[in-house]
Amino acid sequence: MSGREMPNHLPEGLPIPVPELDGLSAPYWNGLRENRLLVQRCSHCDAWQFGPEWICNACHAFDPAWTEIEPCGRIFSWERVWHSSHATLRQHLPYVAVLVEIPHAGSVRMVGNLLGDPLQAVTIGTAVEGCFEHHPGSSPPYSLLQWRVSSPRE
Amino acid sequence: MSKPGDQRTLRGRVAVVGIGETDYYRHGASPDPEFKLALKAILAACKDAGLDPRDIDGFSSYSDDRNDASRLAAALGTHRLRTATMQWGGGGGGCCAAVANAAASIVAGLADCVVVFRALAQGQYGRFGQVSGVETISGEKAYLMPYGVLAPPQRFAMKVQRYMYEHGVSQDAQRAIALASYHHAQANPRAVMHGKPLDREKYDASRWIVEPFHLYDCCMENDGAAALVLVAEERAREFRQKPVFLLGAAIGSGHRSGAIPHNAPHYASAGFDTVAPDLYRMAGLGPCDVGTVQAYENFTGGVVMALAEHGFFEPEQANDFLTLENLIAPSGRLPLNTSGGNLAECYMHGFELVIEAVRQVRGTSTSQGRRNDVAMVIGGPMVTPASNLLLGSEAAL
Ligand SMILES: [Zn+2]
Repeated sequence: MSGREMPNHLPEGLPIPVPELDGLSAPYWNGLRENRLLVQRCSHCDAWQFGPEWICNACHAFDPAWTEIEPCGRIFSWERVWHSSHATLRQHLPYVAVLVEIPHAGSVRMVGNLLGDPLQAVTIGTAVEGCFEHHPGSSPPYSLLQWRVSSPRE
Repeated sequence: MSKPGDQRTLRGRVAVVGIGETDYYRHGASPDPEFKLALKAILAACKDAGLDPRDIDGFSSYSDDRNDASRLAAALGTHRLRTATMQWGGGGGGCCAAVANAAASIVAGLADCVVVFRALAQGQYGRFGQVSGVETISGEKAYLMPYGVLAPPQRFAMKVQRYMYEHGVSQDAQRAIALASYHHAQANPRAVMHGKPLDREKYDASRWIVEPFHLYDCCMENDGAAALVLVAEERAREFRQKPVFLLGAAIGSGHRSGAIPHNAPHYASAGFDTVAPDLYRMAGLGPCDVGTVQAYENFTGGVVMALAEHGFFEPEQANDFLTLENLIAPSGRLPLNTSGGNLAECYMHGFELVIEAVRQVRGTSTSQGRRNDVAMVIGGPMVTPASNLLLGSEAAL
């Protein structure tokens, strides 16, 4: 898979994420464009929440606050995709998607791609760090959060 | 014996008196438009019952079925329409809930003769396994689709992977479920995979769709329709067929099961941890009373989880319990998906499983279980809301 600069970045042409008409997730998507990972944390009861909602599921306070967190966590689950469900991916198989748990933010989880060799062995529990992937030329422009295995350290 | 609380049950209150389905097709192969398929299945169910279709007074379906109750009532010239029920969300998780909702309408006195159905022509309206023409996306899918987590195989594989990790479930357990469906389909001339047997070697050699799902772990994409007729217990014996009674039904999911994206607290679950106990409580039965199980296979891994959550084995025993020998009729410990189900009969969005459970109780399945007094259906593992049913003969009441 050498030659491509970032082999696991998926090609343009997949559905572009945009906030709902009511703007619920706008802070999250806008944050990614500025290299910031924002999730909700209720200012009344300190409960973490992701995906976003208009209410805190723990205490029912409305409009939970958005808080910036460090984009790192560990692999909670994963999958390697060999069959494309979208025309744009047919020449980009396989690829790996991971579900990352973020322990320092109430163990909320988010899905992204695991960068690196698509055939790499993937292990649940592995520490990963986030990489912001910008698509400025897209219409509308957007950013994603991808993951790579953290550099080994004790 | 009778307490006020006992009245709030569906147990023994309604019966299935007719079943019907169209021919089942590979996606794109139906000569009929989807609405015509719905009508054909409904008329077949009425004919099976010996019922004038004009006497239908309600319709119940799920998963935003396009074939609207009022259009059906007008097309069939029913005398009147008294109930029209759509189960929210959950895809195939509504296949049993649609029966429960119809039953509740009858028990509550809203209607007398309700058709429950599902018509789905993926060849005409788009395949579930392919995404196209979506330029921007919001909500749950926005957190998934840009990463290539687009269609059901990719949406569910991580859940199964986590379950396999937590409980040490092997690929062999999934394979046994696929082999059982294909085994039963060889006896069923309605099955799309009739005449196309599957063995261990063919399964192992098949390509990955998404790890941990091989090709044969994934349901088909089909065109067709299936329907049944439900009436009150008092009228159950007026019709042509042996009545099949509803013994229990349950709908739903546990705490924050719908937390997106992939944020349900109990993630590695088929979603029946609260729903299965409700079902057994209503029916007054337990897993050891069940003769056959039809368990919705979007993917075989979901069946592993669903069967464990219904108490047939502990998750750690899945590898021992889930063998081909244990899962086939007539002699297996728990004959599973005896028509071939979503994998090998037809992906009728699970409604073919409900019809097959009725056949088991009637004793007319092409792969009849040894015990046909109590038959279970499990709808839609890994979705919310999910649902399930227990059906039984008059002797089981
Ligand atoms: Zn709160």
